[in-house]
Amino acid sequence: MWFYEKKTQYPVKIKKTDPRMAKYILSQYGGPDGELAASLRYLSQRYAMPTPEAIATLNDIGTEELAHFEMIGSMVYQLTKDASIEQIKATDNGVYYTDHDKGIYPSTGTGVPFNAAYIQSKGDPMADIHEDMAAEQKARATYEHLLDLADDPDVMEPLKFLREREIVHFQRFGEVMDKLQEYLNSKKYF
Amino acid sequence: MSDNRTEMLNQIRAIEFMAVELNLYLDTHPNDQRALNEYNYYTRQLMGAKNEYERRYGPLSNFGGSFSRYPWQWIEEPWPWQQDIIPD
Repeated sequence: MWFYEKKTQYPVKIKKTDPRMAKYILSQYGGPDGELAASLRYLSQRYAMPTPEAIATLNDIGTEELAHFEMIGSMVYQLTKDASIEQIKATDNGVYYTDHDKGIYPSTGTGVPFNAAYIQSKGDPMADIHEDMAAEQKARATYEHLLDLADDPDVMEPLKFLREREIVHFQRFGEVMDKLQEYLNSKKYF
Repeated sequence: MSDNRTEMLNQIRAIEFMAVELNLYLDTHPNDQRALNEYNYYTRQLMGAKNEYERRYGPLSNFGGSFSRYPWQWIEEPWPWQQDIIPD
């Protein structure tokens, strides 16, 4: 069961229309290292985890990622909602406009739809946690790329917050991996 | 506590951030008594701040998480992505 809370986790209030930046950021909505992929990955992997620490961490980080998914959707919405058709054409966002107008659709900036092949749920705790640590690093790198492309502080502040969360999640998954190692060694089933 | 809606929301966010951080830490350090005490401290603070906000501005949470006055307040705007319609 989930409850909704009527606020973003961190403030998102972008005043300046910028469809080009929206296109760049959209990948974190529905792209390979995006927040939707992160959330589905962790919430799906939690079932096969053998230790209480691993289950709780995947459950809770998977939940936080949904809040990040909403932050990214809010950013894309605010960057595009007042865009004129001239601005959309000038930033080469016309191809997105054809299919979605100003709707928020989970895809990359170039229009590749979200795909569950971005994630794995291997049924093998060690394999899954290794994937999760890599995923947090890839998301961190993506936010750094986006920060290179951004210049509006209203856009940069939420991106910086999200980048920092990836680092914390990486840390927690590392601790989960150590505990899993202890657990698997104690079972001696080889 | 401030009368300003955005400031109150930001205060809730700040307290909740402490709760989220401590929660994730406790998931991998369940025997850390000091962190647990801090978690419970911030949880109490968060409940108080949310109650105060909801008394003024309506429900933060759905499905039985918050009370509503008449008429059903949950459908009132702004939704979080519409922050631009709240004045600073």
